[in-house]
Amino acid sequence: MRSLFALLLAGLLAAAAPARADTELTFYYPIAVGGPLTKVIDGLARDFEKEHPGIKVHPIYAGNYDDARIKALAALKAGQPAQISVLYSIDLYELLEQDVIVPWDDVATTADDKAWLKAFYPSLMMNGTYKGKVYGIPFQRSTIVLFWNKDAFKEVGLDPEKPPATWNEMTQMATKLVKRDAAGNVVRWGVMVPSTGYTYWMFQAFARQNGHDLMNPEGNRTIFADPDVIAALQYWRDLGAKYRVMPEGTIEWGTLRQAFTEGKTAMMWHTTGNLTAVKDTAKFPFGVAMLPASKQRGSPTGGGNFYMFKKTTREERKAALAFVKWMTTPERAAAWSIATGYVATRPDAYETPKLKDYARDFPQAVVARDQLKYATAELSTFQTGRVRKLLDDAIQAALTGQKTPAAALQAAQAEADRLLKPYR
Amino acid sequence: MKHVYGWLLLTPAAILLVGFTHYPAAATLVDSFFSTGTAIRPSRFIGFGNYALLAEDPIFWKVLGNNLWFALGTIPTSIALAILMAVWVNDRLPARALVRMAYFTPTVLPMIAVANIWLFFYTPQIGLVDQFRALFGAPSHNWLGDPGTVLACLMVMVIWKEAGFFMIFYLAALQSLPPELEEAAKIEGASRWHFFRRVMFPLLMPTTLFVLVNATINSFKLVDHLFILTKGGPDNASSLLLYYIYQVAFSFFDTAYASTLTVVLLALLAGLALVQFHLVEKRVHYR
Amino acid sequence: MSPAGRRASTLETSAAWLLALLWLAPLLYAFWAAFHPVEYATRFNPLAPVTLANFAKAWTYAPFARHFLNTVMLVTMILAAQLVLCTLAGYAFARFDFAGRDIAFGLVLVQLLIMPEVLIVENYRIMSRLGLVDTLLGIGLPYMASAFGIFLLRQTFKTVPRELEDAARVEGCSVLGVLWRVYVPLARPTYLAYGLVSVSYHWNNFLWPLIVTNTVETRPLTVGLAIFGAPESGVDWGVISAGTLMAVAPLLVAFVLFQRQFMQSFMQAGIK
Repeated sequence: MRSLFALLLAGLLAAAAPARADTELTFYYPIAVGGPLTKVIDGLARDFEKEHPGIKVHPIYAGNYDDARIKALAALKAGQPAQISVLYSIDLYELLEQDVIVPWDDVATTADDKAWLKAFYPSLMMNGTYKGKVYGIPFQRSTIVLFWNKDAFKEVGLDPEKPPATWNEMTQMATKLVKRDAAGNVVRWGVMVPSTGYTYWMFQAFARQNGHDLMNPEGNRTIFADPDVIAALQYWRDLGAKYRVMPEGTIEWGTLRQAFTEGKTAMMWHTTGNLTAVKDTAKFPFGVAMLPASKQRGSPTGGGNFYMFKKTTREERKAALAFVKWMTTPERAAAWSIATGYVATRPDAYETPKLKDYARDFPQAVVARDQLKYATAELSTFQTGRVRKLLDDAIQAALTGQKTPAAALQAAQAEADRLLKPYR
Repeated sequence: MKHVYGWLLLTPAAILLVGFTHYPAAATLVDSFFSTGTAIRPSRFIGFGNYALLAEDPIFWKVLGNNLWFALGTIPTSIALAILMAVWVNDRLPARALVRMAYFTPTVLPMIAVANIWLFFYTPQIGLVDQFRALFGAPSHNWLGDPGTVLACLMVMVIWKEAGFFMIFYLAALQSLPPELEEAAKIEGASRWHFFRRVMFPLLMPTTLFVLVNATINSFKLVDHLFILTKGGPDNASSLLLYYIYQVAFSFFDTAYASTLTVVLLALLAGLALVQFHLVEKRVHYR
Repeated sequence: MSPAGRRASTLETSAAWLLALLWLAPLLYAFWAAFHPVEYATRFNPLAPVTLANFAKAWTYAPFARHFLNTVMLVTMILAAQLVLCTLAGYAFARFDFAGRDIAFGLVLVQLLIMPEVLIVENYRIMSRLGLVDTLLGIGLPYMASAFGIFLLRQTFKTVPRELEDAARVEGCSVLGVLWRVYVPLARPTYLAYGLVSVSYHWNNFLWPLIVTNTVETRPLTVGLAIFGAPESGVDWGVISAGTLMAVAPLLVAFVLFQRQFMQSFMQAGIK
């Protein structure tokens, strides 16, 4: 009896002590584009483990960006393991306020590591940097581009290879492109810019093109009520209300692609993340261009960055660095860009044979890269959820004619000032 | 002994009920008097501070108003349709089983799935509603993007979802009416409408009250479709109180303010409870 | 069922049919979009080719198999717990005259109004304190003691003649023995009705599961469907319709097969 007990005990002890101490990384990530991408991530994690014995990676697919943030924070609070996560680039301030992340500079100490931190496009680093330290490593990043239907351009006598380069050109072309039936009902609009889901993001493009960003780099002040910003919203509103080249009211983000591929609008502004899907469904030749300029070109960047959490051991941080470096090599950035339509995050990725070949057959894929030099950070402040909703509501109120652009934006600015005062 | 047994039998359910209904309801009230804590700033007692914010929060008043319109817009219509359906299905209608099934089907479908499909209905130009209207030469309309129509569109969907469910209760009530009633009315030569108004409708009153209360509770509780269709937009034109609570709690992380909003919702529901209690008392509901 | 009423007039028949068609339209449309290539999603051509590609795509886009499993486990777990807890409590309220019974019953009925979805903020906090965030138990726990179930069973148990209980007692049955041998068998129709209503409710429930789940391992179908239905790149109607149909199929098929039972269950559960 006693020997049996001893045997059991020995068995239990053996089971409790692992053969070798693996460093385990739990890694939350969102997927915001359709497609079986979770399998791709799982496959990448397995490949990494093969090359790095001693590190185990558990990727956890957490839904969309909002889910991923909520889930990762909940896991941290509940004491469940979470070392790294891909989260919205604009969650930075929220994560700082919750005091859950550490800068990559803390672990990236070798010369090679430091060079790696500088390998990405500067405009993609804006949302990840706070007070000179890098908290977010770009992973799946997008910008807004203009899609145009070449057949529609040809039909109305426009050069199908020449997209609008300025606001004026866009208005004029769009006016020509509007098609009505015998009864005078519009069967094709000139241009559509979505105004649900990511309203503030689209608006940032207008504002940037008109010369202004919407917040300061410290994330504690918004610039909604500047005359240039108000004029930008006025232009967006006018596309529907004055020039009649866009439907009035808000335009649904989710169904816009379908409207474009069905030929119901000749141009649309949408995320580069949509490129692959449009390519697969459009039955007509289409082009992708940089967004038109008013005072300058411009688009915000968007998407997800790698963050490292504070509650991590030294070994885990080292392993996390190794994993994220591995995930962002030029080859993998290129492959991920091709699989998703996202921007490849670093210039040398565009020099890889794989992406070069792809771009030769499908030149639309590099437009987003070319636009990066005009790009700016996505709207992100302290209290970011509230501030974003304030702006969304203001834009929608203006687009639906409930308020004038000036009144809507001034009210939003006043409210944002109230929210952000404690952070100054 | 009966005391012991009674409580013993009740205990497992009681623990869960207290734990997930009564305790959280009380905790919500307590939380509404504190500020939301963050890692940098801990939570502290602020008295009615959250309520003062609430009184000045235009979005709160907007969603409360929406909830009211939503209830007014959906409940009477669903009930009228439910009665109509029940009367039809109770008749000797050709293919009656099929018709009855059609009416009831929305009840067994999840709101989230239904919303996906209705999104395609309402899409401008290529959606079903606009395609149908185009047959008559009507211009396309931006149904969900126009603050003037968005709430009505959601109401139509909810009426579709609920009418068949309410029909069931009327059907049960109709089947318990004595058939001689209608025979008698026929002999007297009363018109169908007259019979319905003077005889049937009053007899259905208890069912109507029951459905009314349920429908009102539902109108505060049912927000699933907003996640797919409008996210409360444009500019909160279609947002409802519970959806706003969700946004404040889980996207602004302001749990204290969310608790304050929840207190309002609880107070509204408690008010309803009182109304219901009165109605129920009157018709001696409890056996 | 009582005998059917008069025969409907032609006009009314047509109106009833038209309404039925309208009521089925969303489902019919979903079938159309799901079984045809995407370019026919908005074009109704009877000659459009039929395809299963949308289903294949939907199946690979989201872990539907896992969501199905989660939903089935969740619904089963909740129902099992509800049946046990509500039977015990319903029996206590129906047949035991214990101190504080009426107050306790009143407190139980509070849940009919304040359902768990209203208390999302506080219940989420409780779950994270209990370490039950992102578990099936965490989704199910707030619903297990169902006031509706307790009320329903109390009403049913009250209709059981006392003599049956006394007879069982004489034969030496314990309290639980009487419950099991006498009350439970006689309440079978109520159990069936309640079961169907509960399964439908939790198969379709969305808000609380959305809040309390984090990962594919726990998400039920509704939550999976919501995430699947709103990608950043916009929606593909055919694929979404296919996914939607897959998610509703089990319940829908069960409903079509046992529609009479379903409707009577909802009816019975409602008029008690």
